[in-house]
Amino acid sequence: MNWKRAAIASLAAVPVIALFAWGFTKDPNNIPSPLPGRQAPDFSLPVFASGEAPMALPVGDTVHLAKLRGEVVVLNFWASWCLSCRDEHRTLSQFAKRYADKPVHFLGVLYNDRTPPAIDWIREMGGQEYPSVNDRDAHTAINYGLYGVPETYFIDGKGEVAFKQTGPVSDEVLTRVVDSLIAALPAGAKGTGAADSAAAGLTPAPKQAPKGTP
Amino acid sequence: MTPSIKTLLAVAVLATAGVAAPSVTVAQQVPAGTTATARTSALSDSALDAQTAAVSSQLRCPVCQGESIQDSPSELSMQMREIVKEQLRSGKTQAQVKAYFVSKYGEWILLDPMAHGFNLVLYAAPYVLLLAGLGVVVVAVRKWSGGGKQPDSAGP
Repeated sequence: MNWKRAAIASLAAVPVIALFAWGFTKDPNNIPSPLPGRQAPDFSLPVFASGEAPMALPVGDTVHLAKLRGEVVVLNFWASWCLSCRDEHRTLSQFAKRYADKPVHFLGVLYNDRTPPAIDWIREMGGQEYPSVNDRDAHTAINYGLYGVPETYFIDGKGEVAFKQTGPVSDEVLTRVVDSLIAALPAGAKGTGAADSAAAGLTPAPKQAPKGTP
Repeated sequence: MTPSIKTLLAVAVLATAGVAAPSVTVAQQVPAGTTATARTSALSDSALDAQTAAVSSQLRCPVCQGESIQDSPSELSMQMREIVKEQLRSGKTQAQVKAYFVSKYGEWILLDPMAHGFNLVLYAAPYVLLLAGLGVVVVAVRKWSGGGKQPDSAGP
């Protein structure tokens, strides 16, 4: 017999076992996005929650991504029905406040949700420093290859997607990615901040802007 | 291992090979010179629905488990189907619509993997297994028919 047969059987099993072993090292939920390194899909979406000064934008205004070119943009897709969005909300909002004087724009994008519950959610969470826009038909979400919420896209000064975070974003990731993208901006663009929104084609809301009006 | 067990194994391998073979998707061919307007005007509502269903059944629902956006009742799938329909109505070919989704979600979005690179293993594996199964059957049949019988050396 049968050492020969046993050896052949073992050899035949090795590739199968190796394939399974390799498969176990992969997270099936971690699907690589083709977007990083490519131009961020453009959009024009209406503001439904203004945020707080100096990042506030008037409700009803349209945010056009192309007009933010030259500065870093952090796009956070969220929904009021999303439990994980609660985990990251305080982190994102506080980080945005800390970076308000830097050349970075924070923008929430509402995904598959209605604005009244979203506004209630923001109120319940104690406010949101940055404005949120409404992606009513999810076309922008699909253009970004969204799987679910929360997802956060970091767009560099050239308008390219530099990094995508699936799931709640941490302060460590925000700091690392945003700092590196700001550092890569041309010298003239650094240090302008959200207060320079008008120069980027946006009109900041009055200081006492409502936090969110449907 | 007896020949009958080998035969059973061979049959199982053959059956698996047949089931596992992924279907190769043929990209829609468009005659040269066909304009978007011509295609759109030629596309009746029922033809548009049929094409939408055909493309949607090849795209994976991002929020489901192994389901196409055609079969999934999720809101995201519904919105993706709308985009498929819009793009087909605007004159894009089925291949162009699929390429749009691949550019956003990667090849993962296709239920049938594209036949290139490592994916070729998926397409070749069933045929390799088929050949292996045939090999097992040939060996088994030869043994049964005495071709593989050892000469009886223990004489009286």
